[in-house]
This record gives sequence, structure tokens and C-alpha cells, in this order.
Amino acid sequence: MPLQVKRLLLVFAIFIGIMLVLKYVLTPDSWREYGPYRGNAIGEIASQQAKYVQKESCADCHDSIAEIKSLGEHINLQCEICHGPGYQHVDDENFKMEITKNNALCLRCHTKNAASPKNIIKQIDAIEHNEGEECITCHNPHQPWL
Amino acid sequence: MAIEKENFSRRDFIKNSSMFAGGVVFASLINPYKFVFATKQPKGKGKWYGIGIDIEKCIGCGSCARACKIENDVPDDPFFFRNWVEQYTITNDERILVSSPNGGIDGFKQPVPDEDIYKTFFVPKMCNHCAKSPCTQVCPVGASFESPEGLALVDQSYCIGCGYCVQACPYGCRYIDPLKGVVDKCTLCYHRLEKGLDPACMMACPTGARVYGDLNDKNSAVSLFLKEHNCAVLKPQLNTESKLFYNDLSQEVH
Repeated sequence: MPLQVKRLLLVFAIFIGIMLVLKYVLTPDSWREYGPYRGNAIGEIASQQAKYVQKESCADCHDSIAEIKSLGEHINLQCEICHGPGYQHVDDENFKMEITKNNALCLRCHTKNAASPKNIIKQIDAIEHNEGEECITCHNPHQPWL
Repeated sequence: MAIEKENFSRRDFIKNSSMFAGGVVFASLINPYKFVFATKQPKGKGKWYGIGIDIEKCIGCGSCARACKIENDVPDDPFFFRNWVEQYTITNDERILVSSPNGGIDGFKQPVPDEDIYKTFFVPKMCNHCAKSPCTQVCPVGASFESPEGLALVDQSYCIGCGYCVQACPYGCRYIDPLKGVVDKCTLCYHRLEKGLDPACMMACPTGARVYGDLNDKNSAVSLFLKEHNCAVLKPQLNTESKLFYNDLSQEVH
């Protein structure tokens, strides 16, 4: 074998060796556990804290309100749609939830818009329907029609 | 000068051909290049998440977009969304007007008077969690991937923030997080699913316009939704195998 070829082969061998070492050092632990990505990433994404606790957790303490709500039209709504996320309140009862009483909150859903399906939600034109009145003077948000 | 012809006998020809064919069969059995071609795990027996959105039930309240921003610490700036609502207005003179002021969080106003409207509806949008997702295929470092449950996720500690996937997504569902400098997107609230909770947008929807579930389980909410409604996906011509199914989707929606 000519000397040049021997030298070339040596250079190739060194190059491939370096690549193998780099691959070993730089590949993270769980690479290819499920596919060409870091398998541990799935666990890291899953470990994020959930902020909305859902109405079953609310009903553990606020059972009377949950009962009132279960008789009204808002039965299927989650408490946290209006009151905000409850994860801090669940851990510490001194952390108060949002209690918004202005009409804007009601009108998020109930404002009149041609794109809203009429059979799904009752829509209110805030100018025609008792302008200047607070919604909650007539409607209890937990039980709007009683 | 003529090219010298080699004289192959019939026996040699058959011998060489059968050796080659046998070699191909053997190589296909041991499958040495499998890891080169496999872009994702074959679909198993586990969960395979799909989403259904009923446009007939969407009232455009923006609760989903608001809940998503709070749950996932999405920046408040009005142009970063993991999910948002668009209002389509088709006028009597056949113009199509699409608006999504702050993703629908601040509510909608019709751009034309009601008497000029031919048709109008809301379309909530979010990651389609495609089975053949264009976004995960372009990632140069393997930070975007499809999980075994069929969710397109991002490994944020590995992402280099190059933004290829942001351009590759045909549905505009990714953004570069301005604080972290890496890409961020809908995970179908994977952290909530693992804790037995519903994704924030599904939980917050007051009319039940959104459903999700396991497409392998024929009694899951999304399987029943597909059974009962005539559903369509966005941009089917791109062959992304989107798993976000819309009921009552108009052709005007892109």
C-alpha cells in the first residue's frame, strides 16, 4: 500500500474517532428514547404547574354556591372563567379570588354580535337593555334566572 | 477501437441476480437504516389525541384565548397566542373580512352594519397537532418533536430559536417567546392532561364548543364528535394529517 494512502487512512481514522467521541459526549441522556428527540423533555413539559383547578376543587369548600349554580343556566360553566385561576387560593385561602361585578364581564359572552349563534346564548344589546343598570341588580350570576 | 465485451454466461447472470435479490431481502429484514428514515414512532396502542371544534357553538367570547394565556404564561402582547378566535364576516357584496383583535380576548365588533352581512361566524384556532407535522420536520436540532401521544411539542432547553418551525407551520401556531428566545406553542396543556385535568381552553369554553380526546378510543368525546358531525380540517391539501377537526367549517376559512 502506498505511503500516501496509509497516511490518508490514518487521517480518516482519527477524524472518525473524534466524531464518535463528540457524539458520545454531546448526545443527551434520553436521546432516541421515543424518537429523534430528548425523551426527558416530555416529563419536563408535564411537570409545569396547572393554574386552573376546575370546579370540582372549588365545590370541595364552596358547596353551597356550587349547589345554587347547579340549578341555574350557568351549570356547565367553570367557576374560574369569571373568577380567574384558583391555584393560589387553593393553597392559601387568604389569597382572594377575583370578584368582578361590572357589566363588561357579563358582556364578554352576552354581548350582541351577528356572528354569535342565537340558539346557543342569550344576547343583550347593552344600550337597549336597561342602560346604566348593573346586570347583577336583577340577575344572580350563579343562577341568572331565579 | 471497439469496447471489449465481457462474456457473461447465463449461469453467472442468474447467480448474480439471485445474490443481489437475496441481499436486498436480507437487508430489509435487518433494516440497518431504520433510524435514518424513522421520523416518528409508529402509531401504537396508546393515546392518540385529537381535537374537535364546533363552529356552530362558538360565541366568540375569547375565554379560551384568555385562559390559555394565563395557564401557559403566554406574553400579554397582543401578537403572541397559542390559541385565538377569528371573526369571519362575508358581506353582501362578497368581500371576506377577517378580524381577530387581540385574539378575541377583548371581544369582537362587526366591521360592517348588520344589514350588509351575508354570513358571519367565529373560528377558534389553535395548534392542529398534525400527524405529519411540517414544523417538527424542519427542526435542525431535534427540539420540536411529536410525542408518542401525537402531540407536537417543543423541548425548550434544546431549542436554538432559529424560527424555521415558525415559518413552516401552515397554521401560524408557533411564536418565538420574546423573554426566553425560544419557540413556544400549544401543548394541548400536556401538564394538565397528565394531572387528569382538561386543557385550559377546553375547560374555559362556556358552550362546550371544544372537545378533545383519544382518537383510538371510539367512545371518547372527540370520536363521538366525529361520528355525529360532518367534520373537516384546515388546509387538507397540504397533507399534514391535522388532528383538529371543525364542524361546520366554511370554505372561506384558511
